[in-house]
Amino acid sequence: MEHVVLKMEGISKSFGDAKVLKNVQFELKHGEVHALAGGNGAGKSTLMKIMTGVYTHDEGKIFIDGKETVIEKPLDAKAQGIAMIFQELSLVQTMTVAENIFLGTEIVKNGIRDVKTMNEKTSQILHRLGMDISPSTIVSELSVGMSQMVEIAKAVSKDAKILVFDEPTAALSDSETKCLFEIITQLKNEGVSMVYISHRMNEILSICDSITILKDGEYVTTQDIKDMTLDKIVSYMMGGTSGKGHKFEWVERKHDENAGDVLKVEHLKVNEKINDISFTLKHGEIVGFAGLMGSGRTEILESLFGLRKKEGGTVILEDKEVHIKNPTDAIQNGFAFIPEDRRKEGLVLMHSIKDNAVLPILDRLCIKGIFNDDKRECALVEDNIKKFGVKAEHINQEIGLLSGGNQQKIVIAKWMNTNPKVIMLDEPTAGVDIGAKGEILEIVRSFADQGCGVIFVSSELAEMMAICDRIIILYDGRITGTISRKDIKLEEELQNAIQMA
Amino acid sequence: MQSKWHKKLEVSKFTVYIVLGIVFIFFSIALNGKGFIAPRNLLNILRQTAMVSVMAVAGVFVLGAGQIDLTVGSTAAMSAMFSALVLQATDNILFAVIIALLFGVFVGCINGLLVTKLKLPSFLATLGMMQAIRGMAMWITDTAAVPIKNQIFNNVFGTGYIGKVSVLILWTVFFYIIGFILFNKTRFGRHALATGGNELASKYSGLKTEKIKMMIFMMSGAFAAFAGIMYAGRMQSGRYSFGDGDEMSVIASVVLGGAAMSGGTGSMIGALAGSLLMGMINNALILAGLSSAQQKIVNGAIIIFAVALSNIVQNKKRK
Repeated sequence: MEHVVLKMEGISKSFGDAKVLKNVQFELKHGEVHALAGGNGAGKSTLMKIMTGVYTHDEGKIFIDGKETVIEKPLDAKAQGIAMIFQELSLVQTMTVAENIFLGTEIVKNGIRDVKTMNEKTSQILHRLGMDISPSTIVSELSVGMSQMVEIAKAVSKDAKILVFDEPTAALSDSETKCLFEIITQLKNEGVSMVYISHRMNEILSICDSITILKDGEYVTTQDIKDMTLDKIVSYMMGGTSGKGHKFEWVERKHDENAGDVLKVEHLKVNEKINDISFTLKHGEIVGFAGLMGSGRTEILESLFGLRKKEGGTVILEDKEVHIKNPTDAIQNGFAFIPEDRRKEGLVLMHSIKDNAVLPILDRLCIKGIFNDDKRECALVEDNIKKFGVKAEHINQEIGLLSGGNQQKIVIAKWMNTNPKVIMLDEPTAGVDIGAKGEILEIVRSFADQGCGVIFVSSELAEMMAICDRIIILYDGRITGTISRKDIKLEEELQNAIQMA
Repeated sequence: MQSKWHKKLEVSKFTVYIVLGIVFIFFSIALNGKGFIAPRNLLNILRQTAMVSVMAVAGVFVLGAGQIDLTVGSTAAMSAMFSALVLQATDNILFAVIIALLFGVFVGCINGLLVTKLKLPSFLATLGMMQAIRGMAMWITDTAAVPIKNQIFNNVFGTGYIGKVSVLILWTVFFYIIGFILFNKTRFGRHALATGGNELASKYSGLKTEKIKMMIFMMSGAFAAFAGIMYAGRMQSGRYSFGDGDEMSVIASVVLGGAAMSGGTGSMIGALAGSLLMGMINNALILAGLSSAQQKIVNGAIIIFAVALSNIVQNKKRK
């Protein structure tokens, strides 16, 4: 049990100027489930990508079974029996379970694929893992959870000794999660070592044997799970019981508690699950939506912005009911929405900073409603760049070449340019380095100071605590509580409210 | 490092002009004795490429928006048939032109609906439409050509000259001015490129991407129909075979001009240069005495070479 299968020592990694891992260590024992925890940007994913050969480390050594090993590409990791279960599944949707499992290693008899043998072998593996799936099922017919099980089976069939799970339960239902945990236990008994990344602390506490915590790219500690509590983990993640990273401190704003409502939502129905959401937002107020993935945070914002069809309820903007059918309506009415996935939903990466920043308001900047006003566009974007401290060479630079933080500032600038009354931000600091995070929060505060309403969604509680005047707790599509900033003393209270709701 | 990337981006933008220049100089020297460089021949090149050039104006929008339109060649043929038939029946030029253009817009409308409402990939939607329209053009007169006796029509749209310059060239210039303004100076061009660059982000930014795609297909249909009118005027007839293969020439021109097949980029002047490049090569091959079979082979090779060249430059930028 004490045999160390994998050891990483002094691992450092930089992307350009940003140092994402600083002298990190990690040790994985035979047949254990090892949790890897830390806030967004702590470096968990980067560390695992180094382990699986997706990235190469700048400094440090990797030992497998005590021998120093070079892992420079995914194939190296595969040869060592290291496999990652991807969040975005890597199965071919149109092929059968067996075909996927034997993809690239097909069993051939006389030059012809031996379907029967492959199906039988797949059956054995599936059976061993306690999965009730037929090998000849087409993958696209399986649920997300089932597909994930197949992915695990695929890794196991290749004799994987080390499995990495990155947020495996994010898209799973409760029963599927249970099933996954049974498989993990089974694999553990077979002597497979596993790394388990999750934001869900109760899962870590129930399934893992030990935990390593990272913070801002630095190693914090490794502990046995039986010595840990939720409070302890969270405080390690935040870097000590007292400290809350100086960037994320609550800043008192002049905010008129008697201001009128800018937005009032009554009995909003988005789908069967999210069917009765009511809340208000005052001028100059920042309200947070806290909840686990799947609690309905994003869906509510998308519905308000006209991206999802609203099935019922009323939306009242500055005392007038508004009917928003699409984003164009939303923008005209004064809504802005900074989406979760900057690269897919926020930006046209191949276009310039300027073209991106003025995209929603080209019609407002036109001369005589027809011709683009290049001078005004440039002046506006130059001003954006200065105001938000965007580091770029010039406004015609391709935006895909900027860092995540600078890209995100342009997304925010793009929406500020529409002069919104209500701005909704969905995970605005995801994948953004710690310095830019603080700056983005500052921008959001200044925006609220101008009298606009802000709805802020983030998985990072420290961030929510630093910026929100009020936090609405969502669980499974319902509002289960509202907490005023003043009533939350410790982050753990909020954590508990979200998880145990 | 960033500025280096920037410079390479610029190089990729100018690839087509550089190739055009080199090819021009090469042929000028190689075909010196055969009159390649004579002003008459050069104007001839412009005249011969006019139809493809005009279709390529809309092609820049189509590819920029990440779409493809294979119907342009057969739409041109059918429009030529329509204008010839209307002229035969009524001798009314305005009526003939309007019917032809309406037909083009109608085809674009169907293409657009197939793509935006039925969510067909534009390649397949327009592939089917291309066949159907070509078939209609053959069927309507049972493959017989329809002569056009109205000399004013022929002069205005095809055979006429103003000074030494063919009206075909003047029409080309006219449409490129319109296209350039629309593409570079109005929000329509930017919306098209944004839709092709990232449709989801464009939608999130309040762009009505389906409407934009509809407009672009209709525009492409209208431009193809006008090219058909030019064919009719130039050949003084309507014939089902007009514009055969033009859809490929249009795509090649636009891509040579710096557009990506995946959408989001493109250049109006680049497309004109691309079209001229291909016209020039065709002309030179004829002057050099190659058979039409040999011309096709060389033409294919040159398209591959030129697109590969601009791809290599693009890829370097990405790394």
